[in-house]
Amino acid sequence: MKRFAIALALLVLATVPLWIGNSYYVNVATQMLIYAVFALGLNVLVGYAGLVTLGHAGLFGIAAYAGATLINAGHGHVTVAIGACLVTLAAAAVFAVLALRGTGLGFVMITVALGQIVWGIAYRWISLTNGDNGVSINVRPQPFGLSLESAPAFYWASFVVFLVALGSMAIFVASPFGAAVRGARDQPRRMTALGYNVWLTRFIAFLFSGLWSAIAGLLYLYYNQFVSPQVVALSSSAEALLMVISGGTATLLGPIVGAVLVIVMKDIASAYIERWNFVLGAIFVVIVVFMPEGLVPGSVRLWRWALASRRPTLPASALGEEHSP
Amino acid sequence: MTALEVRGLNKSFGGLRVTAAVDLVVEPGERRLIIGPNGAGKTTLFNLVTGELRPDSGSISLFGSDITRVATRRRAHLGLARTYQIITLFPGETLLRNVTLSLLGLSPLRWNPVARLDAQRDLIAGARAALGRVGLEHLAERPVGQTAYGERRRVEIAMALAQNPKVLLLDEPFAGLSIDERRDVLALIDGISRDVTIVMIEHDMDVALEFAERITVLHFGQVIVEGTRAEVVEHPRTKEIYLGD
Amino acid sequence: MNLWLILAVNSITLGGLLFLLSAGFSLIFGLMRIPNLTHGSMFMLGAYFGVTLIAWGFGFWSAALLAGLGVAAFGGIIERFVLRRLVGAELAQVLVTLGLSFMVADACLMQWGGDPISVETPPAAVGSTPIFGMAFPTYRLVIIAIAVAIAAALWGLLDKTRLGAMIRAAVDDPSMARAVGIRVSHLFTIVFCLGAGLAGFAGVIGGPILSVYPGLDQDMLPLALVVVILGGSGSLTGSLVGSFVVGFLYNFGQAMFPELAYVILFLPMLIVLVVRPQGLFGRVAL
Repeated sequence: MKRFAIALALLVLATVPLWIGNSYYVNVATQMLIYAVFALGLNVLVGYAGLVTLGHAGLFGIAAYAGATLINAGHGHVTVAIGACLVTLAAAAVFAVLALRGTGLGFVMITVALGQIVWGIAYRWISLTNGDNGVSINVRPQPFGLSLESAPAFYWASFVVFLVALGSMAIFVASPFGAAVRGARDQPRRMTALGYNVWLTRFIAFLFSGLWSAIAGLLYLYYNQFVSPQVVALSSSAEALLMVISGGTATLLGPIVGAVLVIVMKDIASAYIERWNFVLGAIFVVIVVFMPEGLVPGSVRLWRWALASRRPTLPASALGEEHSP
Repeated sequence: MTALEVRGLNKSFGGLRVTAAVDLVVEPGERRLIIGPNGAGKTTLFNLVTGELRPDSGSISLFGSDITRVATRRRAHLGLARTYQIITLFPGETLLRNVTLSLLGLSPLRWNPVARLDAQRDLIAGARAALGRVGLEHLAERPVGQTAYGERRRVEIAMALAQNPKVLLLDEPFAGLSIDERRDVLALIDGISRDVTIVMIEHDMDVALEFAERITVLHFGQVIVEGTRAEVVEHPRTKEIYLGD
Repeated sequence: MNLWLILAVNSITLGGLLFLLSAGFSLIFGLMRIPNLTHGSMFMLGAYFGVTLIAWGFGFWSAALLAGLGVAAFGGIIERFVLRRLVGAELAQVLVTLGLSFMVADACLMQWGGDPISVETPPAAVGSTPIFGMAFPTYRLVIIAIAVAIAAALWGLLDKTRLGAMIRAAVDDPSMARAVGIRVSHLFTIVFCLGAGLAGFAGVIGGPILSVYPGLDQDMLPLALVVVILGGSGSLTGSLVGSFVVGFLYNFGQAMFPELAYVILFLPMLIVLVVRPQGLFGRVAL
């Protein structure tokens, strides 16, 4: 039954450009796919590894800027893709090594600092990034000679990427390594005593998350044909986090739903309300205070973990299992 | 060769000496009990042996090799396993998955991001067997959250046994259990083969004494009395320390 | 030579402003373990309040005081009705303050528009004052004096009064403080209001130098973050030292390496976070 529902949903998604005629809405749908990929990648860290980050837009943006730089230097799209991903992975490695020095709150604050550094570079290092003016590109890849200029064509290309992302996430979640990542989230102390290398497990999860942020960032670049410092601002990281949290972190569906939700609200809100940031902030507050489980049920774990004020040295047992004699 | 040997182990937190020049020698296959009043430093000693705490000075060896500087995770690979005083299972997972995670910790599979964990038949069979050894095979598919406290205590032990350890550290395995449950767990522990050396911390004297061959009494981080069960039970200092217990 | 002197004075001035901003942040974080991401917005809100009050005819200094009180009240509402619901959930509190900061920033944009608003230097402090034969802008000296005065007052509060003793106790060991009968939740409200009020007051005082514009909060918050992380949370000395360090880093960085200004600012913070998480003077690590 579940398989049928999934297949049906994917079929619907695959045929969007066929039953949505208006290219504006097809583009909105493309945005949803791009951010769904980003949110899925972010959830590897936030949901599965239990590491909340407010700097991930930095990685997304690094990929976009790297891609734009390479494209404008005349490189072919394969080189661009590989180059952008490698640069972002290197950045993710640096982020991870630094951020993993902290736990919980410390981790968040370090990611904020890292995100701000990336933003500062994007905004101020004008010779590198063109500052506030941003960087434009005017090409899209032509896989197998097919043009991606039209909205439906780009939508389908994004859909393919989305499918690959979804598939790789599903494999990751079901894998022994995926189980290790979740174990390290729930009981890092025990995991160490069981023989796992918790730091390395988290580090690799960070890189995996960074890889998909890079792919999403590159896709965004090709979609938008433009990247600016706004992409790596704190509010962008906050939006991404909102996508993951509002949808729920415990399932693969959650981040997808969250991405759709945030994009819909952003686009609808901007039609009726001029101030999107206000709405974003209000949603954050409401969800954090009233709906910590997120909208897709079953993501209790992250918030139980967040709500249990434990110091890192104690076992992170979040279900109150201290039946001390 | 001794199974576990601790020499001159010291640990202080600020001004507080929690482990003071502790010597401990456990022979292969032995059943050693560590007792002492609250705050005596028993769990701290375990944490030092597993490496979760670093000693200020002293040495720890496992079957002749010095593990004082060895990382905790590697000690697991060398055959050291432990249970925890506060139950630290993986919430939201089934009992089977809990024990599978334990087995996975020693397997190179733990780095594999593409295989299906549920398809690793050998691993899962091993986990099922470990659950069987503690009499919980019938609850393998039950989520941890839906099991009774006594059952979770046994899962703690299953997780440690699953790794086929050479030295097993049990931290208050009877805590919070009813009298019948204690009997069951004792029988379980009795059934463990002599290939496994067991060191147990316990508070409950009745059941623990049945288990013990040799006893070490800790107080304020120091070894006060040590010897066979009979020797320690009769020792005047033991009675002093446990006055009123 | 003159350029460096000017930069130095500006750095000290900025340091003074930052101290007013981050002392509150530091206390809030030290006491309540909340990195109050709304703090930059409070600075900006105070500045906008000041602008409106001055437009209504209040004098500069009355406007500054009233604005500070207004923001303090606002802070009290936030603490009482939002943050208190999330006691113990540190990450939730961070996210809530983040959301609130977006709301405040946008509300200010809606209310006061997108153009920068300049604030006139108070007439008494216009011009320059000669010191050792060199002319220093009077208003900047005034800011420095105010910062020093408030630092002294805060130090006196913390060190000499019973309230201060309670705050220090609660920063050191909240559960112990509760056990001894200190109403820690009241302290939370008081400290949060104090921090918010100081930030709002600083916003007005900083007006003649920074002016008031959308995005002021995004500019000030990271600076406060850097100060507190560098100097250590919960430590007034740390905030003081950190503020001046950041003031210098920011101004000299902007002047000498404009393209890397932000990196120069955040790199020390990153290094401290990684190497000495409790900061130079703090006790409470992140």
